[in-house]
Amino acid sequence: MPQQYTLWISARKDSGTAWFLGALALIAVVVPILNLVVPPSSAFHISAYGLTLVGKYLCYALLALSVDLIWGYCGILSLGQAAFFSLGGYAMGMYLMREIGPRGVYGNPVLPDFMVFLNYKSLPWFWHGFNHFGFALLMMLLAPGLLAFAFGWFAFRSRVTGVYLSIITQALTYALMLAFFRNDMGFGGNNGFTDFKDILGFDLHSEKVHVFLLLITAFVLAGSYLLCRMVVSSRAGRVIRAIRDAESRTRFLGYRVESYKLWVFVLSSVLAGIAGALYVPQIGIINPSEFSPINSIEVVIWVAMGGRGTLYGAALGAILVNYAKTYFTSTIPEAWNYALGALFVLVTLFLPRGIIGLVSGREKKRGPVAQLQAQAEQAERAKE
Amino acid sequence: MSGHDRTLYLDRLTVSFDGFKALNELTLQIDPGELRCIIGPNGAGKTTMMDVVTGKTRPDSGTARFGDKLNLLEMSEPEIAQAGIGRKFQKPTVFERLTVFENLELALAGDKSFLRTLLARRTLKQENRIFEVLEIIGLTQQHQALAGILSHGQKQWLEIGMLMMQEPELLLVDEPVAGMTPQEIERTSSLLLSLAGEHSVVVVEHDMEFVRSIAKRVTVLHEGRVIAEGNMDQVQNDPRVIEVYLGA
Repeated sequence: MPQQYTLWISARKDSGTAWFLGALALIAVVVPILNLVVPPSSAFHISAYGLTLVGKYLCYALLALSVDLIWGYCGILSLGQAAFFSLGGYAMGMYLMREIGPRGVYGNPVLPDFMVFLNYKSLPWFWHGFNHFGFALLMMLLAPGLLAFAFGWFAFRSRVTGVYLSIITQALTYALMLAFFRNDMGFGGNNGFTDFKDILGFDLHSEKVHVFLLLITAFVLAGSYLLCRMVVSSRAGRVIRAIRDAESRTRFLGYRVESYKLWVFVLSSVLAGIAGALYVPQIGIINPSEFSPINSIEVVIWVAMGGRGTLYGAALGAILVNYAKTYFTSTIPEAWNYALGALFVLVTLFLPRGIIGLVSGREKKRGPVAQLQAQAEQAERAKE
Repeated sequence: MSGHDRTLYLDRLTVSFDGFKALNELTLQIDPGELRCIIGPNGAGKTTMMDVVTGKTRPDSGTARFGDKLNLLEMSEPEIAQAGIGRKFQKPTVFERLTVFENLELALAGDKSFLRTLLARRTLKQENRIFEVLEIIGLTQQHQALAGILSHGQKQWLEIGMLMMQEPELLLVDEPVAGMTPQEIERTSSLLLSLAGEHSVVVVEHDMEFVRSIAKRVTVLHEGRVIAEGNMDQVQNDPRVIEVYLGA
């Protein structure tokens, strides 16, 4: 009997992972070819702008993954993920600013332009070390991770849950936005960082470097996906879902719910930070508006639309919604916010499992286990 | 099975909520391997007592000891659970979106830290133990089903099964037969009876028929204190009990 069970578990492994990694590999192969090999005169050519867009979508997919991990699996609706994304982005931005060196407008070999402009006499202490890529890389992980650890440690220990936690995560990102807007914070005020020259000596204006950045992003996204998949399909992953569905029961089984939440929250925010760090060199700018509360809410919408609690659904939602956003804002910009709102309402009402639910719903009716699952979900919905 | 003289010892526990004394100098002792039923009208403090024992509520005064050494009032809920006190809630709470098997697996005794569970591999021994418990609670057939689709009675048994997986010294069982059919009740009685001896079991229940069928010793609570203790006949003939509870 036990062996039979093990077999069943492996058979239940989703085909979604294969689809997701396959699609990602396809993007990583096709997009560079369309940019570098296909001539600009061809209709299939992807411009530098198109390349940047695809890179941006992949960064957003990673951000969505981080939200799905904490919200879809652990039930914690964090509305502050953009804060971690921005912190990762700022850490990368600080490296890129130092990398400019004497090539800035003012030609100061140490101080970035905005510091010269704001009459800084010397480099603030927290800017030291950012001329080394390795140190900056560490900070891209540590800054969001440590903030999430400190914040989560207090919030989860005080048993702040549900909508209250969502609100304080919004407050967190809002407070950071206000702080980063200030000129005397030493992060460039409302202009943030821009005019980057190169990364590790590679020219950021070259399309080849952008192709390379895109490939790295795709690779990191795939790796992060597999890491998340490993976490959610481990026993710890089942504990996390148990916490989502019946927190106090889990506590009475002897699990330290707070520490589970904290680990997942830290992991999720580090992933968000990596997404931000990959975003900045491709987009070429980071400023405090990245912290704005609406950004975090938008990520939640992507995840809800794609289908939460599946990981690949979140990534799909991020890419589709942002593609739609690019399309709408260039054709009928005033309609976008209405379209987004309408989509969100429609998905919540008619597709509680998101777009992924549409696809996998059909598949699930096949096996007996799937039928039981469908019944259970129906029963749950009936209860609500 | 344990070397203790007593499994649980509560001494003059008092809990008040806004002036209302949910527990009023409650003193209670549970012996190793004992099956004890606790009855009492609504608001007698039965659930509050369980909350104190499992660390959910802190009393204003009094002591609560588990075994000879452990002071329950200084321990958190997971620590108490890990020390060997399992609790079944009044309303069946199982993890509805996990399978029956996974529900039992999560209840397995052992190290429950994040890193350990992240890397945990199920051993054959653990799987066999899970199937053993599935057999006892009669859910072998349903082990792949999501717990959410089980009937009310089956959920109660699953939850009792989860308690067994924890290998606790003491099981606290809150209203196990509420809403059950007579056949299900019968099955639950034999399940609880089979658990006593190896574990100490404390059952809180309203159903007098059921209490009579399983209990050797019955404790009657009223307004947060013990007003009678003994076998079912003694308790039923106690004039104070008749006045506050049975006679009503």
